[in-house]
Amino acid sequence: MNRGIISLKLSNIAFKFENRLMIRKLLHTARLQVVLIALLLSGFTYGNTATHDMVTSPSVPAHEQTEKKAFDAGKMIIDHIVDAHEWHILTYNDFHLSIPLPVIILDKGKLVSFSSGHFHHGHEAYRGYRLMTEGVNEGKIVKTLEDGETADESAKLPLDFSITKNVLSLFISVLLLCLIFISIGNKYKKNPNTAPKGLQSVLEPLILFVRDDIAIPGLGKKNYARFMPFLLTVFWFIFLNNLLGLIPVFPGGANLTGNIAVTMVLALFTFAITTYNGNKGYWKHIVNAPGVPWWLKIPIPLMPIVEIVGLITKPFVLMVRLFANMTAGHIILLGFMSLIFIFGNMNIVAGYGVSIFSIAFGVFMSLLELLVAFIQAYVFALLSSIYFGMAMEEHEHTEEHTTEH
Amino acid sequence: MQLVTPGIGLIFWMLISFSLVLYVLGKYAWGPIMKGIHQREDTIEKALEAANEAKKEMLQLKAGNEQLLRDAKDERDALMRDARKVKEAILDEARDKANEAAARIMENARENIEFEKMAAINDLKNQIASISIEIAEKLIGKELENKKQQHELTEKLLKDVKIN
Repeated sequence: MNRGIISLKLSNIAFKFENRLMIRKLLHTARLQVVLIALLLSGFTYGNTATHDMVTSPSVPAHEQTEKKAFDAGKMIIDHIVDAHEWHILTYNDFHLSIPLPVIILDKGKLVSFSSGHFHHGHEAYRGYRLMTEGVNEGKIVKTLEDGETADESAKLPLDFSITKNVLSLFISVLLLCLIFISIGNKYKKNPNTAPKGLQSVLEPLILFVRDDIAIPGLGKKNYARFMPFLLTVFWFIFLNNLLGLIPVFPGGANLTGNIAVTMVLALFTFAITTYNGNKGYWKHIVNAPGVPWWLKIPIPLMPIVEIVGLITKPFVLMVRLFANMTAGHIILLGFMSLIFIFGNMNIVAGYGVSIFSIAFGVFMSLLELLVAFIQAYVFALLSSIYFGMAMEEHEHTEEHTTEH
Repeated sequence: MQLVTPGIGLIFWMLISFSLVLYVLGKYAWGPIMKGIHQREDTIEKALEAANEAKKEMLQLKAGNEQLLRDAKDERDALMRDARKVKEAILDEARDKANEAAARIMENARENIEFEKMAAINDLKNQIASISIEIAEKLIGKELENKKQQHELTEKLLKDVKIN
């Protein structure tokens, strides 16, 4: 099954151009450089495109060509932040450059998969499914009615296991993590007791940082070694994805760590490990906290409730903090860029004028985001290590509390 | 709403991917890396300790060398002192001997002189005797008119007599 998905993914990574003629024309336009830079940055060379199958986009519906939509900053920002079934790279007039990604739907126990290119950015339905572009189910795949065109509002949503933009970005980052750290690991194996070289010397200080400033303060010298793999993985996963999120074009630009599903899974891992490692003292403090007046426990178990809520809020806070920080950074950056177009729609000169400030602030924000990218990875790993440490703490003072009462 | 609703698909793929990356990196990356770092830190610590040890040893060695040097110097000084003493002794002895020799020579010379003087005096005495005899002969031979003349003659004769 898995192999099928992977081959599907590979065969479907194709690029959508209007047609070859359009590219030729584009190359002769004044915006040649912009497009070329975008193409280069996104890792596609001209030669590469020939090896992939070209999917010809259908002619854009007539109504879209006639009425030019006003620029909607809010919609643009949200579209950039949320997940998508295609990896949009750029739009130039009627020219769309995007990578269609595989759709995998589990509908009533039946697995359906096809390329998201068939949806034509939500303009068309395919095999009884439709990608919604507005409404409650915006961005989701819904079933269609008997006619195969109109969305069925009443039907239950099919389970969507598509390789979306974020999932592909996740795969890329996982692959990168494995490539980087296994190669470094081999270096340590191959030349032990030598000074670090190259990439190894760049990453080693950060690995030592995770050990000396995250794991050991939180967990103590006795216990830290067992949690190092998780803390290092979580730190580097978040840090790498934060950085990838800052790159505006493929293979970066997917707001992965600013996606609540991703941060939820990360927080769940922390929660699961904390719970698994909780010792007797930890559970005792939750169920029957020592040193607390009895009337806070009986008849209404106020303290246990508070403690149990605290148990859940810890990972919840981890989840929300990372999600909100990364999303906010993206929103601010996109907001600055939107300003250019909002002013540009009013007056072309105002647009260019504002662009100077927008770019200056954008650069500033990007630099700030670099810092945030590191800080968030650090905070997540640090708090995880502190939670583990709290769960494993030896409560020597328990006895003295109980004797007091 | 879409922003804060976790999608089942992403949760699913994230669970799989993250578990996988945790396992793979834990086994093939973090293990060797942490082990390598730990090993290297140990090695460095040991090397530093060994260096300290070596430094201490070297200091001891240096102190030993200094002691040796000092001893050698002392010995040399002692030798020099002895040599000087010997030299002085030899010189003194030589001087004494020379003095002795000189004294002896002087003594000899003095003795010789004494001897010669005695010989000369003896000789003189003899000559005086003979001269006296001659004078006496002359005196006896020639009759002096008066005592005054006689005395003058004696004076004159005595003047002629020269003790060498």
